[in-house]
Amino acid sequence: MSSTRRDPATYPPYFYEAYRATVRRSPRHPPVRLPVTLSELTGPGPAVSQVSTEDADLTRNMGTGEEAIGERMIVVGRVTDHRDEPIAGALVEVWQANAAGRYRHKVDQHGAPLDPNFLGWGRCLTNADGVYRFVTIRPGAYPWENHPNAWRPPHIHFSLLGPAWGSRLITQMFFPGDPLLALDPIFNAVPAPARERLVAHYAHDVTQPGYALGYRFDVVLVGPRATPAEPFEASARDRQ
Amino acid sequence: MSAPAPTPSLTVGPFFHGIVRPGANVLVGPQTRGERIRIEGCVYDGDRAPVTDAMVEIWQANAAGRYRHPLDERPVPLDPAFIGFGRSATEEAGAFWFETVRPGPVPFRGDTLQAAHINVAVSARGVLDHLFTRLYFEDDAATAADPILRLVPPARRATLLARRLPSDGTALYRFDIVLQGDGETVFFEL
Repeated sequence: MSSTRRDPATYPPYFYEAYRATVRRSPRHPPVRLPVTLSELTGPGPAVSQVSTEDADLTRNMGTGEEAIGERMIVVGRVTDHRDEPIAGALVEVWQANAAGRYRHKVDQHGAPLDPNFLGWGRCLTNADGVYRFVTIRPGAYPWENHPNAWRPPHIHFSLLGPAWGSRLITQMFFPGDPLLALDPIFNAVPAPARERLVAHYAHDVTQPGYALGYRFDVVLVGPRATPAEPFEASARDRQ
Repeated sequence: MSAPAPTPSLTVGPFFHGIVRPGANVLVGPQTRGERIRIEGCVYDGDRAPVTDAMVEIWQANAAGRYRHPLDERPVPLDPAFIGFGRSATEEAGAFWFETVRPGPVPFRGDTLQAAHINVAVSARGVLDHLFTRLYFEDDAATAADPILRLVPPARRATLLARRLPSDGTALYRFDIVLQGDGETVFFEL
């Protein structure tokens, strides 16, 4: 398996015509391959994670004292490098629509209700085993204007700042068994064999009796290509 | 067990603003050491229309040329009042800005140095994996011999050079990012 950052078996192409916004936003020139220097091997993850506060319960972090409406869920996952070594202290940020499929965002004009008790974003750090955990509500599907009768499947956006600038990852987590996945040009921009890596698994061992359903979504970060192993080892060691 | 497969990227979408906290584009405080600079720019698409829902992130060394990171163990001073990471969401005209310090030079290989630069990542609706680029300073003589810039076709190097603009006090640089077409910014594969 290649650990190249832009491995075409893993990453979506920049130009994917079915996702219309890529047509005028995808570079035409191939990227210039960069020799890996200290600029790529370092990154903000370790420093930022030391000053970030956790805010990992999206059912309550609106701060109204009331709970968000929706099907409660717990998302846990392990963040590792390409050799399955845990990445401790990674900053994981998430954002999502509410249970009705509406974002708390001025651009979102979907005629579904806002939830006064749902903010829609949060963050946490991976622990020494590379594990993160969020409590939230299952997001709703929502329409968008990409094509007639287009609907985004329910998803949670993830941003990860790991040990290196070159291992930065922004992605989306989807739900198993969703019939909208096959119709979603964003999900399908990912090469077919890699799509399942963006689908969470229902995890009964994570489900909390009488409270919330559990899902597992593991993330594998790939570092700058020349020396993919060292930065993870060094930064994990320094955090312990 | 076999090596785990990398997680694919996907677009940041248009609704990411919750993770861009107020002040995330100001990297300096009163105690930060070094020359203050302000960076302004716009993100444009292939029609030269402003991209009003992009997130620009930067990562840089401090004024002395040291990264705040465990892998940078050189005997160059850290600045307790500087991390070096910033985020700016573009607004209605596609504009972003940062207030930071001019970074010091960092090493290339052996004893050679790279010209001072700021690492840049661009995410947006319609961009399926964030784009890496670098910002250099057009009034920095070291750019002429920089080993990274020399990998870039000469006709495209100017896309990586921030232009110095007249200003009172703080040095002001202009750095536009063109995602596609004429003047397309050079993006890097790491």
